[in-house]
Amino acid sequence: MAELPKHQEDLSLDTFVRGLWKENPVFVMLLGMCPTLAVSNSAINAISMGLATTFVLAGSGALISWLRNWIPKQVRIASYIVIIATFVTIVDYAIQAISLDLYAALGAFIQLIVVNCIILGRAEAYASQQRLVPTLVNSLGIGAGFTIALFALGSVREILGSGTLFGLHLFGAGFQPWVVMVLPPGGFFVLGAWLLLFNWIKQRGERRADAPTGVPANAR
Amino acid sequence: MTNDVQVEAPQAPPDATPTFAMLRTLGGISLISGLLVVLAYQFTLPIIAENQRVRTEQAVFRVIPGAVSKRDFVLTDAGLVPAGEGVQGELIYAAYDADDRLKGIAITGVGNGYAGPVTVLFNYDPACQCIVGSKILQMTETPGFGDKMETDPEFLKNLKALDAKLNADGTALINPIVTVKNGSKTHPWQIDAISGATLSSNAMGKAANTAAQRAAPTIQRDLAKLTAANHTGQD
Repeated sequence: MAELPKHQEDLSLDTFVRGLWKENPVFVMLLGMCPTLAVSNSAINAISMGLATTFVLAGSGALISWLRNWIPKQVRIASYIVIIATFVTIVDYAIQAISLDLYAALGAFIQLIVVNCIILGRAEAYASQQRLVPTLVNSLGIGAGFTIALFALGSVREILGSGTLFGLHLFGAGFQPWVVMVLPPGGFFVLGAWLLLFNWIKQRGERRADAPTGVPANAR
Repeated sequence: MTNDVQVEAPQAPPDATPTFAMLRTLGGISLISGLLVVLAYQFTLPIIAENQRVRTEQAVFRVIPGAVSKRDFVLTDAGLVPAGEGVQGELIYAAYDADDRLKGIAITGVGNGYAGPVTVLFNYDPACQCIVGSKILQMTETPGFGDKMETDPEFLKNLKALDAKLNADGTALINPIVTVKNGSKTHPWQIDAISGATLSSNAMGKAANTAAQRAAPTIQRDLAKLTAANHTGQD
């Protein structure tokens, strides 16, 4: 879990950007694994889930931040959950209004956004302590990071498992889909591969930063 | 945890939060929540209803080729009742072509497959008393296995002329529709299972059987209502 900010944060580019990389909810904090693994079987599902979660993050974060001085800590969890559940219900109706096929594809995972730990975690660690605008910007950054992560999984799984991207066929009729990739185990395989890649890049960057000048950074 | 922590200077008791503040906050948040949810519900309700109508219509027109209009009826113990008259129950969809002749009747059935229920819309032809087409509305079967039910041409042949004749009383099918092992279909009321997707194929058989057992007797008894509804008196 990221360190709790102890003071009022000033709005900066980092407020948004750190959700994409340094505090990426999926690849760094490993939060919200349930929708990450479950609905990343196609690119469109992944992006829709990411956007729905971003909306709930931003909406609940803004309301919690706005009300933060009126919420006694004894009732804060109840308050946060009611606020989060409200935005999830709104998103639930919105998706039904946009597309019933998409609604059927996402299934119960829309309602399960209520218990997504990214959102409650952000409410507790950020929105309850920071002003409205930084909270909104930070939530959008975390939401974008979540959406990008889901898309990274969803696109790879759809290409390998169905031979399509956004429903468009990429390969000829001879392509034999690697079906396990769109099944639950495929979610674990692709997530593992992405984590491997991200951690390798991160460690290489750290080694390069630590390495004394003159020594090649990637020397083992 | 060390002993140092336990002998730390006693802390002042936390300020008591007034009961009113807690009630006010939770009450206020619930009020805001209620307003937002009701607003979202009211705003999206007509859009969602329209989406559902379009989706059903598309499914019916796809399962009954050549249909351009449809009328919904409710299956009741007393016979078919036009939908929208306040009667609750299972719906069937009578589809008509451009000349207002009855093209077919779409009936729904559900069967349990490998990973959950499989809901299927069937095209029931009252003249030949058989199922002549199908479309899966909802399923969670394994990709690459269960979804062959939608794509496998050999399997779909089963559902092009699936016998659903009623017995002499007109109360049930003479021969219930069943799924049989791959390659062992001998009668027109049997469905040849897909090799490797037996449970999914069974679900299709069960769906077809429940749909026909429930809807066919009432449709045959009240067939005049379906054809008379278009003023031609015959189809």
